[in-house]
Amino acid sequence: MERQRILIVEDSPTMRQLLVFALRRLRGVEIVEAQDGMDGLRKLSSDRFDLALIDINMPVMDGLKLIGLMRGEESLKNVPVVVITTEGAAQDRERAMRLGANEYLTKPIQANRVLEVARSLLERGGARPTDLPT
Amino acid sequence: MSDEQANRDARGEEFLQAFRRGMDFTRELLHENERLRRRLAEFEDQQQNAARSPHEWEKLRGELLGRIRGLEREYASMRERLDEVEHENRAFADRYLEIEQENNNLANLYVASYQLHSTLDVDEVIRIITEIVINLIGADRFAIYVIDPRRQELRAVAAEGLELGRVPPCRLGEGRIGSAVASDTTQAWDPDPVSAGELDLEQPLVCIPLRVEQQPIGGIAIFRLLQQKQGFSTLDHELFNVLAGHAATAIFAARLYSQSERKLSTIQGFLDLLTQ
Repeated sequence: MERQRILIVEDSPTMRQLLVFALRRLRGVEIVEAQDGMDGLRKLSSDRFDLALIDINMPVMDGLKLIGLMRGEESLKNVPVVVITTEGAAQDRERAMRLGANEYLTKPIQANRVLEVARSLLERGGARPTDLPT
Repeated sequence: MSDEQANRDARGEEFLQAFRRGMDFTRELLHENERLRRRLAEFEDQQQNAARSPHEWEKLRGELLGRIRGLEREYASMRERLDEVEHENRAFADRYLEIEQENNNLANLYVASYQLHSTLDVDEVIRIITEIVINLIGADRFAIYVIDPRRQELRAVAAEGLELGRVPPCRLGEGRIGSAVASDTTQAWDPDPVSAGELDLEQPLVCIPLRVEQQPIGGIAIFRLLQQKQGFSTLDHELFNVLAGHAATAIFAARLYSQSERKLSTIQGFLDLLTQ
């Protein structure tokens, strides 16, 4: 069976490292990092991904633009998306959900919540990742 | 004797043999039938005797009751074992959650200290401190101060959710921020219910002093938390400690590096001038 792949699109190295730490507990999953929306789009276009975690505020190309482009692209429109926002940015979050994001996470990020959301979307998308007991 | 006669005699002999075998088989069947009839009669007698004799009946009843009691004891023991296993299981599940939480906390602390020491650029260190305070602690409004040693004054070098120019400097040892930095102890205060909504830049919720050994480097003052953040957890206090030690060291190291780079460049300039 092919390994499931998760893309983290986030400009903050601290957040990326935190998300990697959390998602690493889903065994049998490959995690790829992108540092902005453009880098994320490049990686999404060249490889298969089963889930994308996307920050909204990023340089070069923000998360909203990236989600919009993904949902307009036949090969990417079904990739589940989790947006990462701050509680104050409710409008951005609503916009992201309208654009087609599946879930959202608010800062400060809780590793358990990241796992729960990722696990649920990966399961919906197909094979269940081998993970620690729920 | 003609051939025809001989054939008739042979067929007759075959028929007689088949008839004899049938007769033996019938005899065996009758014998077996008789044996089964006798066995059935014996069982009927035993049953009737047991029903008639209270002693036999009591014996049978005692045996059955003994067996039931044995099964009940076995059931109770298994039930007890199941309860024990369930209890053990719950204890393991609780322990697992605790370890998971501890693991998450350690991951946060590791990420914070790793990122703080990942660069020797002062601006980058300040940016990383800002990221940690937003993403790991969940602060909405805060300022990072660095000490001006000549004036003994803390000056804001970065602010989130605030206009940097509006953040007033603080005298070391004075006010909440100055006193916390001078005392080398992270201090937290309950939000002032009177000034709820307004932001008093001299009344933070928490102030984390940044010091290297005994030398104050600066401080972090948090004025407001993100909406969903109700208060400070144990992890937040651990993060305050990490920031107090590692952020100060990171700023100190980055400054030293920057100074040494400048000095090296000056010396190199001199050497180039002399060798020309």
